[in-house]
Amino acid sequence: MIDVKALSKSFGDHLVLDSIDQHIYPGEKVVIIGPSGSGKSTFLRCLNLLEEPSAGTITFDGQVITDPKADIDKIRQQMGMVFQHFNLFPNMTIRRNITLAPVRTKLMSQAEADDTATALLKRVGLEEKADAYPAQLSGGQKQRIAIVRALAMKPKVMLFDEPTSALDPEMVGEVLEVMKELAQEGMTMVVVTHEMGFAREVGTRVLFMDGGKILEENEPHAFFSDPKEQRTRDFLSKVL
Amino acid sequence: MLEGLMGIAGKFYKAFIEGERWKLYLSGLGITLEMTVVALIFGMVLGVVVAVIRTAHDQQRPGRRNILLSILNALCKLYTTIIRGTPMMVQILIWGFVIFASSRDKVMVGIIGLGINSGAYAAEIVRGGLMSVDVGQSEAGRSLGLNYLDTMRFIVIPQAFKNILPSLGNEFITLFKDTSLVNTIGAAELTYQAMRIGGRNYDYMPPLIGSALIYLAIVIIFTWLQGKLERRLRQSDRR
Ligand SMILES: Nc1ncnc2c1ncn2[C@@H]1O[C@H](COP(=O)(O)OP(=O)(O)OP(=O)(O)O)[C@@H](O)[C@H]1O
Ligand SMILES: [Mg+2]
Repeated sequence: MIDVKALSKSFGDHLVLDSIDQHIYPGEKVVIIGPSGSGKSTFLRCLNLLEEPSAGTITFDGQVITDPKADIDKIRQQMGMVFQHFNLFPNMTIRRNITLAPVRTKLMSQAEADDTATALLKRVGLEEKADAYPAQLSGGQKQRIAIVRALAMKPKVMLFDEPTSALDPEMVGEVLEVMKELAQEGMTMVVVTHEMGFAREVGTRVLFMDGGKILEENEPHAFFSDPKEQRTRDFLSKVL
Repeated sequence: MLEGLMGIAGKFYKAFIEGERWKLYLSGLGITLEMTVVALIFGMVLGVVVAVIRTAHDQQRPGRRNILLSILNALCKLYTTIIRGTPMMVQILIWGFVIFASSRDKVMVGIIGLGINSGAYAAEIVRGGLMSVDVGQSEAGRSLGLNYLDTMRFIVIPQAFKNILPSLGNEFITLFKDTSLVNTIGAAELTYQAMRIGGRNYDYMPPLIGSALIYLAIVIIFTWLQGKLERRLRQSDRR
């Protein structure tokens, strides 16, 4: 589904991603872990070109998205992204946050988008917040809205960049719950997180990044019970 | 002493009351306000267009430079450099006596001169406003598949506008006072009327002091309204 070949990214002369090769298959739940500054966010953001790769190619569903002629807006419509700080639009109601993109990209009429928004809000138990503004919601509520806002575009893959890191501990669970349901429905997911429980329970594959490289990858059980690399063991002993 | 006061009162009577002269000030003030509002709107539209072009140009991704955008950006830079680098008085004289020398609608000429001048300053204000909006906002918009202009229009510009409202209020006040320069090309605004009445009575003191007080009163009222609006906006942030 997403094919990454020799992807490198530098900021100035700081090499942040060092020739990464990776393939993400439909239905996979790939969890990316690793120390701060190892390039996890940068890797994820390259997948939908929020960061322009310095070298290498990324192919999504047969289209080379790193090609300068690729229609990046069309491609992004099929890739949802959830940010650490939610990034809801504070100048709009929740309903409009959700319906703006489907309507403006002509994916849906306003009426269809409104129905979709209502259904999605019901699904995360926030239907009574449709006419509220983001400033009136808690962090956990904001992040659940951010997830359904991305889902309203009916994406083929969802990218999550530390979706629970900015939340108070008591709100982490409600967001992970929504992500678990999404995983059960078969969504292809790439998740950067520090939630090892989630990685174990939901992930189908865990990637460990360090120094701009994917040092080790495995299915979660083997990854956590029998890490091969010393760096992975050091990291896990610190976070577990 | 009393005689002196009586003399001054008489002068003001002659400058404001006699022959219903106050009506001339009122019509002058009307034109002043009209020019201010129309030039402000004109300048704002121009400012937003210039600011969006310049921001879009600066935010282009490396390797995907657009030639048209580079040309537009160069034009915008030229525009702001010329307008901000020359005196407003000279600009207005050029509009009135060179470019539109044969036009009789001096108010319109004044509006064009003021609006084009204001646009160059508004562009910088708006550009600062656009940059003050968290990049996460436009990243969220783009990640949903919205194009650059939609992201600007629905997400970034509305938030920027709220941030720059105080500066825009100040621009309104500046523009309001600067309309007085347009009297030099013969637009019948407040200062023009005051000068005419002063000339007719061979006494400039009462009409000029009077018009200064009128400008001052309007600025004080507007500043007060602006303060109220800002407090209201700050409250809506805290809900
Ligand atoms: N826009 C940028 N300009 C310059 N340097 C950047 C930029 N974005 C990231 N970096 C640098 O790239 C490196 C990797 O950053 P990245 O955000 O991908 O790390 P991360 O693994 O997501 O870390 P964290 O766990 O702290 O989120 C860091 O050293 C960071 O300082
Ligand atoms: Mg990160």
